[in-house]
Amino acid sequence: MASSGLELLWVSLPQLGKGAAQTLSISFLSIAFSTVGGVLYGVLRTLGNRWLDGVLRVYLELFRAIPVLVWLYLLFFGLPIFFGLSLPSFWCAVLVLSLWGASEVGEVVRGALHSLPRGQREAGLSIGLDGPQLYGYVLLPQALRRMTPPTINVYTRIIKTSSLAVLIGVVDVIKVGQQIIERTYESVLIYGALFLFFFFICYPLSAASRVLERRWTQA
Amino acid sequence: MSALIEFQGFNKFFGEHQVLNEVELSVESGEVIVILGPSGCGKSTLLRCLNGLESAHSGHLRFAGRELLDKGTDWREVRQQIGMVFQSYHLFPHMSVIDNLLLGPLKVQKRERREATAQAEALLERVGLADKRDAFPRQLSGGQQQRIAIIRSLCMNPQVMLFDEVTAALDPEMVKEVLQVIQGLARDGMTLLIVTHEMAFARAVADRIVFMDAGRIVEQNTPETFFTNPQTARAQQFLEKFSFVEALPKKAPTKELHLS
Amino acid sequence: MTFDYAFILSTLPAFLRAVGVTLEVGLIAIVTSLLVALVNATILVFRTPYLQRLVGLYVELARNTPLLIQLFFVYFALPALGIKVSGFAAAIITMTFLGGAYLTEVLRAGVDAVPQAQLESGRSIGLSNGQLLRYVILPQAGILSLPSLFANFIFLLKETTVVSAVAVPEILYTTKSYIALYYKTYEMLAVLTLICVLLFLPLSLLLSRLERRLQHGQFGS
Repeated sequence: MASSGLELLWVSLPQLGKGAAQTLSISFLSIAFSTVGGVLYGVLRTLGNRWLDGVLRVYLELFRAIPVLVWLYLLFFGLPIFFGLSLPSFWCAVLVLSLWGASEVGEVVRGALHSLPRGQREAGLSIGLDGPQLYGYVLLPQALRRMTPPTINVYTRIIKTSSLAVLIGVVDVIKVGQQIIERTYESVLIYGALFLFFFFICYPLSAASRVLERRWTQA
Repeated sequence: MSALIEFQGFNKFFGEHQVLNEVELSVESGEVIVILGPSGCGKSTLLRCLNGLESAHSGHLRFAGRELLDKGTDWREVRQQIGMVFQSYHLFPHMSVIDNLLLGPLKVQKRERREATAQAEALLERVGLADKRDAFPRQLSGGQQQRIAIIRSLCMNPQVMLFDEVTAALDPEMVKEVLQVIQGLARDGMTLLIVTHEMAFARAVADRIVFMDAGRIVEQNTPETFFTNPQTARAQQFLEKFSFVEALPKKAPTKELHLS
Repeated sequence: MTFDYAFILSTLPAFLRAVGVTLEVGLIAIVTSLLVALVNATILVFRTPYLQRLVGLYVELARNTPLLIQLFFVYFALPALGIKVSGFAAAIITMTFLGGAYLTEVLRAGVDAVPQAQLESGRSIGLSNGQLLRYVILPQAGILSLPSLFANFIFLLKETTVVSAVAVPEILYTTKSYIALYYKTYEMLAVLTLICVLLFLPLSLLLSRLERRLQHGQFGS
């Protein structure tokens, strides 16, 4: 079998690749759902409906008070018991990360919409725009610039948090890495590689977010 | 013939504080009303109730015979008939001037692009900003933006235009160009309700001055009567503050320093 | 679905101990992270050339990698290099590594928000670097950073659940253990949820009030 060092990494690539695909799939799906959910949340919370605002606030606080890992376990252990549903851990992870991500993106969107001058809303209403038109043509386009850098930061956190999926049994890149370590004892190499794997995905995103923020706050 | 706009027994509260108190006001079609009064007297709020940006507590508000304080009022439709221009103009910064102008006509009124564009360009021509058609708001001065804001509302073909302190945020040298546009509208016979601090302008353009204080209409008169012969004490006090600067005594010539 | 209250009561002592561990790990991590961040912030304020870059590199490495990986590295990989650590120690080390980076960023933002002119005017009345830091920069940066600092403290406290992966007996680990031993999943999950809500919700609400009190619309940070 393969020895050690980079040669081992090279040989393990297919396996690690499959694991990485799982990790990245969970991340991408969660990012997509979070974005849609987040925009929805942000818009709904700025409509001025007290009841709606209250319900969404409860949702937000639930996901803030209960750590993501706890949510993962709640769904993983709890769903079968409460609803008789047996969701594969992959989808458990996507569900939890999407709901949590949506609350985070949602707060960014809400903050961005809130930071727009109130006059924009009034000017839009005064020329007869209805709700969807007001948000679609006037408010969201302006909020977009303010929303993007923090939202990218949320995406980075979703990717990092997706690593927790291994703890509910998903065979992601970490699990695969651990399987390789069991055979070869190359823990430093593998965990080091995993460390760099996440770093080289998240760092460009962080950097991009910073660049965009700098460029767009001068507009 | 009943008036175009009628406020009857109109009341509004902000929490505990009553901002409009049994307001009674009639506006005929084609009239130019200027609303004057000290800060906080409710004049802006009155305007904002007219296009639904603020809601009322009790009373009646009729526009073209319709009661606006009914539950079923479609404010969207009302706002196309009653246009409003704001102190901070609030053009949409992410759109060019022409897009700002066309947003309402195309998306709300669903008019033909060619016809709407023709009207928008004609109005731009009229206010002397035809060359700014494709510019963005941040490239324009305050006076230019305000003129665009006015014609943005005009593109909706309203019956009434509301002006809420539209020159208050402008540098003095730009006030004239905006007031000229409003004067033009008055001459064309449009119904205007104007809140302003520009006394000379009020005097020149108004058919009627409405003076408000602490949420009530205290005095209503023609401009000449109001400015030369105010009937109420509050109005007199108010006008006195504005003539303060003109009435200041001239400074005596200073003696030259003699250096020995 | 019946609730075995008797069982829950019997587990309460264990859970109380678990909460203690959570708080212990969390609070130690907060203190050590803050110390690391203060050192880093000082380096950044005085722009020490070589060290500044090092701080930047550290912050990027720590912030762009998951806590779990850092934890596994310290707990599983370091022994291969001869350094053996307990789960508890690994937890503290990693959380300090991560927390230190986050708090450095918070302090950096706070310090950046203090105008350069303050440094200059402080120097021009003869303040030494130490005095400058103590009387001019830190007070101003501190007030500005308070909501962000508090938010990160809460974050660190919540992240302690991740260290359950290396058998530190905090609340999540305890819950899992009891589920594995007694199969009272429903009851244990309910207790865990309740503890989280009682522990973290008040903190979160406190943070909201703090933010509102300090009137900071610092968007995005």
